[in-house]
Amino acid sequence: MRRGRFTGYWLMLPAALWLGVFFVIPFYSLLATSLYDPEGSVLTGYDVTYHVANFWDAISEHWDELWRSLWYAGLATLICAVLGYLLAYAIAFKAGRWRNFLLVLVIAPFFTSFLVRTLSWKLILADDGFIVDALQTLHLMGDDDRLLATPVAVIAGLVYNFLPFMVLPLYASLEKIDVRLIEAASDLYASPSRGFLKVTLPLSMPGVVAGTLLTFIPAAGDYINAQLLGSTNQRMVGNVIQDLFTDTGDYAAAGALSVTLMAIIVALVVIYIRKAGTEELL
Amino acid sequence: MSLAADRTDTPADRSSGAPRDLRLTALTKEFATFTAVRSLDLEVPAGTFFALLGPSGCGKTTTLRMVAGLESPTSGTIHLGNDEITWEKPYRRPVNTVFQNYALFPHLDVRENVAFGLRRRGAKDVDRQVQEMLELVELEAQARKKPPQMSGGQQQRVALARALINRPEVLLLDEPLGALDLKLRRAMQIEIKRIQTEVGLTFVHVTHDQEEAMTMADTIAVMNGGVIEQMGSPTELYENPRTTFVANFLGQSNLIAGTVTSAEGDVVRVDMHGTQVSIPADRAHVRSGNGWIGIRPEKVLVAPEGEPIDAPGNHLPGGVITDVSFVGVSTQYLVMMPWGQELMAFEQNTGRRRILQQGDRVDVSWRPEFAFLLPADQDVNAGALEEV
Amino acid sequence: MTGLQRAGRWIGEHLILAAGLLVLVYMFVPIAVVMLMSFNDNSESRNVYAFRGFTWDNWANVCQPDGMCEAVLRSVGIGLAATLVATILGTLAAFALVRHDFRGRSAMNTIIFLPMASPEIVMGSSLLALFVSAGFGGKLGLITIFIAHVMFCLSFVIVTVKARLAGLDGNLEEAAMDLYASEATTFWRITFPLVFPGIAAAALLSFSLSFDDFIITNLNAGQTVTFPMYVWGVSQRGVPMQVNVIGTIMFLISLTIVVGNMLAARRKQPA
Repeated sequence: MRRGRFTGYWLMLPAALWLGVFFVIPFYSLLATSLYDPEGSVLTGYDVTYHVANFWDAISEHWDELWRSLWYAGLATLICAVLGYLLAYAIAFKAGRWRNFLLVLVIAPFFTSFLVRTLSWKLILADDGFIVDALQTLHLMGDDDRLLATPVAVIAGLVYNFLPFMVLPLYASLEKIDVRLIEAASDLYASPSRGFLKVTLPLSMPGVVAGTLLTFIPAAGDYINAQLLGSTNQRMVGNVIQDLFTDTGDYAAAGALSVTLMAIIVALVVIYIRKAGTEELL
Repeated sequence: MSLAADRTDTPADRSSGAPRDLRLTALTKEFATFTAVRSLDLEVPAGTFFALLGPSGCGKTTTLRMVAGLESPTSGTIHLGNDEITWEKPYRRPVNTVFQNYALFPHLDVRENVAFGLRRRGAKDVDRQVQEMLELVELEAQARKKPPQMSGGQQQRVALARALINRPEVLLLDEPLGALDLKLRRAMQIEIKRIQTEVGLTFVHVTHDQEEAMTMADTIAVMNGGVIEQMGSPTELYENPRTTFVANFLGQSNLIAGTVTSAEGDVVRVDMHGTQVSIPADRAHVRSGNGWIGIRPEKVLVAPEGEPIDAPGNHLPGGVITDVSFVGVSTQYLVMMPWGQELMAFEQNTGRRRILQQGDRVDVSWRPEFAFLLPADQDVNAGALEEV
Repeated sequence: MTGLQRAGRWIGEHLILAAGLLVLVYMFVPIAVVMLMSFNDNSESRNVYAFRGFTWDNWANVCQPDGMCEAVLRSVGIGLAATLVATILGTLAAFALVRHDFRGRSAMNTIIFLPMASPEIVMGSSLLALFVSAGFGGKLGLITIFIAHVMFCLSFVIVTVKARLAGLDGNLEEAAMDLYASEATTFWRITFPLVFPGIAAAALLSFSLSFDDFIITNLNAGQTVTFPMYVWGVSQRGVPMQVNVIGTIMFLISLTIVVGNMLAARRKQPA
């Protein structure tokens, strides 16, 4: 139908401006910050001196945390993928009339404050708590072992917090699959597991890709789980960046680390998407 | 919330009485990559049932949308009587549309859907009119339901009611029966035709179903590739097609190659693979050179070799039955003729003679007044069913 | 089929459902704990992480902890403001992206997707970097928080409304205009009511994201304290049980809204 030639631009403008100024430009700012002369401070102002050494310093000093973040996030994403796929599959194919209700239940925990939920994990995994007791009684844990302040706790926390981000895209993808395709597969002599591997799984790939991205990327930069559920041995790069910004005030290093993290993530994502072979994410 | 602009005075208020003809002049619609409608000239007399018939992609829906105002033409004009409406907005035209997928408002119930147009125009006693219209389409019991809760046939009737209630000067129907099953479609065809005769409005019906068009319309225009191939009454189009497209699209035709030997007076003689056949002059659309001799399958008579055939006329011996299809009402034969072409012959199962078998040798004949002659440069397969 | 095979088949078929439900239960365990702890009487002890006794006190004296209720109100206020702005801007943008063709549309789509997939720490720190280099380093507070929240909510609003809008039958608006409705009337009577559920969902999502945000807020808040920041602060010293009360309240309110909405929608349309 007839439309004004520029209506689209006008409608888009406010949002585009907001994102442009407060999302796109800040990335440049971040880049600039990472090249600051580390001698400056918030008060004295900064000089952009193309101090590329910032990057080298930041990476070498915090290599442990960087690597740990990727590792934890990767593991958490994997576990989320398995659990999430189970749940999404159950809702999409086995839930019948209860679908919508179950979906609400998936989103519901989201409505309690993120921090409050994570704190309650601290209680659940506490040394004198039920779970630790049970595991010790079953001799799955030594009497002196803890769950808190271990990688297990941090990863468990990450899995818990990001599960909905995995389930929802997976569900959206699975729900679109025409059941008749699976029926056709079984009509053509495929066993249920073959049918799954050859039909369902490939068709749900867009959801898998979206889900893993929406989980891995935020998880890599998270520091709340590490702080609340872990000890200094589980510090992630997010903790470091946060401290560098607020405690130390070393903006240059913080910036460099942020940019590095972003760069690594982008590289991993690009490789992943290429391998997974899906063009359309949205 | 009804804005002042909605209480619209459509061009030449209806109450002035004289019914207006719909006239399209040199109407053209070009899109970026192709031309959908090429310089169409069409006149639809007021109060008639007009069908735009053609295969998908022929431009019939685009034409309809231009009349409705949902699409602007690249050039050409649209007139109602003497008033031009080419560029009027849809809500300022006394034209309503029944959409192919019904386009019922899912968040409004049936009553509000049907009442929509009336309310926008600030009509009085809306409730009474809605009630009457619902009775007309037999949906009074569903008045409070919402479209998603109704069956296809019911939705179709709501869509019709919603458009009709506004008594538009022209009602446009865009393949409205496509989604219905056969029996329902037949019933609705009769119903719509009855309503049209009753209310006397101009109906323009777009369809690709030639049986539908022939059943319902007073006048049919066959469209192909953006142009009108032929326009006229169903009988005219069927019995005397002017192009191979029309001959193949409406029903089925046998088209046989031949060469004109003489064309004087009211008969044209044609040499058809060695046999002389004659065709009435007003049914011959080419006067010299090569042509396609056309004869409808139901006009082709077959009889076992040597036995007398009913029709005096073009008599062709030497046929062999290659296929027999029993269709209940009739039997459809494919007859291989000596020159290597299979002719179709449909015979009504009157029971007078046994059904012939594959391999039977037969004579073929038809009365000359049923044949027609088409120019040889036309594609003999135009309009026929495509390869599966 | 033998009995064993049949049993095996039954287990197999229901195993997935059972496993899925187990995961769901797992997701609710902390919520249950939060709700339980809101009734915890820990006045006698400094150890926050054990259930001592049942009491209504926490609910009765919700605002007892210093600064908590102020923080909650601040979060609610910021949430409402950010939701309002993000929803309006986002809805306009969604219409632009779905209904209008303009150069840069695919670029826009990419820019919108990015905030949803970036680590919060990077978004927060880059925004802070911007504020600092613009000279606002000393003036961080409500305004900067508001700006940040609108920023990351926009993407979610746009995607949600876009999805709803794209699913709308284009014929409906044509039908309305065919039936004498002007463009404006068509929008208010047909388009808007049909898109509204998407807009409402986007608004709800936006508020949740805003109320709950910590990482980005923390970096850009200066001295201002929102509820998540308050919780973070007390998590080191000793969390008052009223925090769990607030958590429970938030959960119940949101759940009611969403379920209520679902039931209302179901009543309008039989499945």
